[in-house]
Amino acid sequence: MGSGHGSHLHVEGASRLHQVPAHAKLVGLVAFVLAVVSVPNGAHAVLGALLLLAVGVLVSTRVAPRHVLPRLAVETPFAVFALVLPFVAVGPRVDIGPLTVSQTGLTAALALLLKGTTGVVAAIAFAVTTRPRDLVRALQHLKVPDPLVLIASFMVRYVDVVGDQLRRMRVARLSRGFSARSVRSWPVLAAGTGALFIRSYERGERVHLAMVSRGWSGRMPVTDPLAAGPGTWALALLPALVAAASSVGARMAA
Amino acid sequence: MHVPDGFLDAPTSVATMVAAGGVVAASLVRASRHELDERTAPLAGLVAVFVFAAQMVNFPVGAGTSGHLIGASLAAVLVGPATATLCLTVVLSVQAFLFADGGVTALGTNVLLMGVIAVWVGYGVARAVLAVLPRRMSSVPLAAAAGSFVSVPAAALVFTGLFAAGGVAPIPLGPLVAAMVGWHLLIGVGEALITFLAVSSIVAARPDLVHAARGRMPALQLRTPEPVA
Repeated sequence: MGSGHGSHLHVEGASRLHQVPAHAKLVGLVAFVLAVVSVPNGAHAVLGALLLLAVGVLVSTRVAPRHVLPRLAVETPFAVFALVLPFVAVGPRVDIGPLTVSQTGLTAALALLLKGTTGVVAAIAFAVTTRPRDLVRALQHLKVPDPLVLIASFMVRYVDVVGDQLRRMRVARLSRGFSARSVRSWPVLAAGTGALFIRSYERGERVHLAMVSRGWSGRMPVTDPLAAGPGTWALALLPALVAAASSVGARMAA
Repeated sequence: MHVPDGFLDAPTSVATMVAAGGVVAASLVRASRHELDERTAPLAGLVAVFVFAAQMVNFPVGAGTSGHLIGASLAAVLVGPATATLCLTVVLSVQAFLFADGGVTALGTNVLLMGVIAVWVGYGVARAVLAVLPRRMSSVPLAAAAGSFVSVPAAALVFTGLFAAGGVAPIPLGPLVAAMVGWHLLIGVGEALITFLAVSSIVAARPDLVHAARGRMPALQLRTPEPVA
C-alpha cells in the first residue's frame, strides 16, 4: 500500500542527462524498459548487467543518493511478492539449504526483482532530470491528444496548490483536537475529501473563467518547441539499444 | 498499488497498452461530446489533481496500519466515466514518470486496471443500482458505494487474468484468484465506505456537481411573499 507522494522528484542540475530534451529522454526511457522486460527470465547475468547500466545512468545525473534511495521503497510490496513466489509456484523443486522451493518460481522471482528494480532506477533517472513542465511539453511534442496534455499541464501546475490545501485542512483538524486513530474517524476524513473535491472543482471553474477572460481558445500555444539533433537522439536511445541487443543475444543463447 | 515493470511479459504489456489506448481514445470522443469540451479542460485538470490528492489521505484501519482511496469509481460518479478515465490516465502517467511509481512499461496495464476497469465497472454498477433505488438524492451515495465495492475486486480479477496470460511464474490459478479476490473484497469494503461518506458530504453541499445525480435536483420554485396589509 503506497502512502501517496510528497512532491515530485526533479532536482536542478547540469549533467548531460539534464540537458537532453524531455521527449528524447521519454522515448529512450520507454524503449529501454520495454527492452529490459523482453529479456528472458533465465538470463540473470544479462539482467544484472542492465541493472548496473541503469544505476550508471542514475549516478551520471550526480543527484545525491539520499534523495533517490527512499524512492526505491515503492518496490516493497513486489519484493515481498518475489520472496513468496518460489514457495507458491509449481514446477520442479530444488533444495537451497534447508528449504525446498520451485525452480521456475525462483528463476522468476530473481528476474522480477532485477527487472522491477531496473525499471524503478531508470524511471528515477528520468524523473530527477526532467521538470514536470518539460514532461508536459514532451507529451505535446509527441502528439499526445490535446485534452490529455491539458489535463497533465493543469495537474503539474496545481498539484502543489491542492496539496497545500490538503495540508491546511489537516492542520485545521489537528488544531481542533482531531486525531485519526481508527475507523471511527473515517466520516471526518471522508467529509474532508468531499470538501477537497468541491474546492478543487470550484478552483477549476475560477481558473477556467480567468483563462476565458484572457482569450483562451482551447489550445495551449507552443512558445519554444523542443528539438533534438541526431547526436542527442543517439545518446538518449543508447541504453535502449544496448538493452535490445542484450535481449536478442540472450534469446539466441537460450 | 501499481504494477511494476517485469511483472507481466513484454507481449502482455504491449497488448494492455494497446487496449488501454483504445479505451482512452474512445473516452476522449465521449468526454468531448457528453461531459466536457476542450474549453473546460481546467475542470478536468483540477479533478485529476483531486484524485491525486485524495490518494494522499490516509484512512487508519487499526493496529498502526492505514489505507488510501483508489478513487477511480468515486471520480466516475462525480464527473462521469469518460472524464474519469482521462483523469486517471493522466494521474497514473504522472505517477509513473515523475514519481517512479508503477512501471513505465506497465503503464498500459495500470491504466487498464484502474482507469478503465475500475472506472467503468464502478460507474456501470452505480447506474444499475440507481435505476433500482427510489429516485431520491439519498440514493446517489448508496449507488456510488456499491460501484466502488464491486470495482476493486473486478480490477483484481482482471489483473489475475493478465497474470495467468503473461505472468512471470506458473502459480496455481485457483488459489491465486481466491487470494486476490478475497483480499480485494476487503479493500472494496473500505473503498465503498469512504466513497459513501465522501459522496454524501458532496451531495449535501453541492449536488449540482455530482454527475450521477443529474436530473435529480429538485426543481427551483419561485416564491413571492404574501403582501402584508
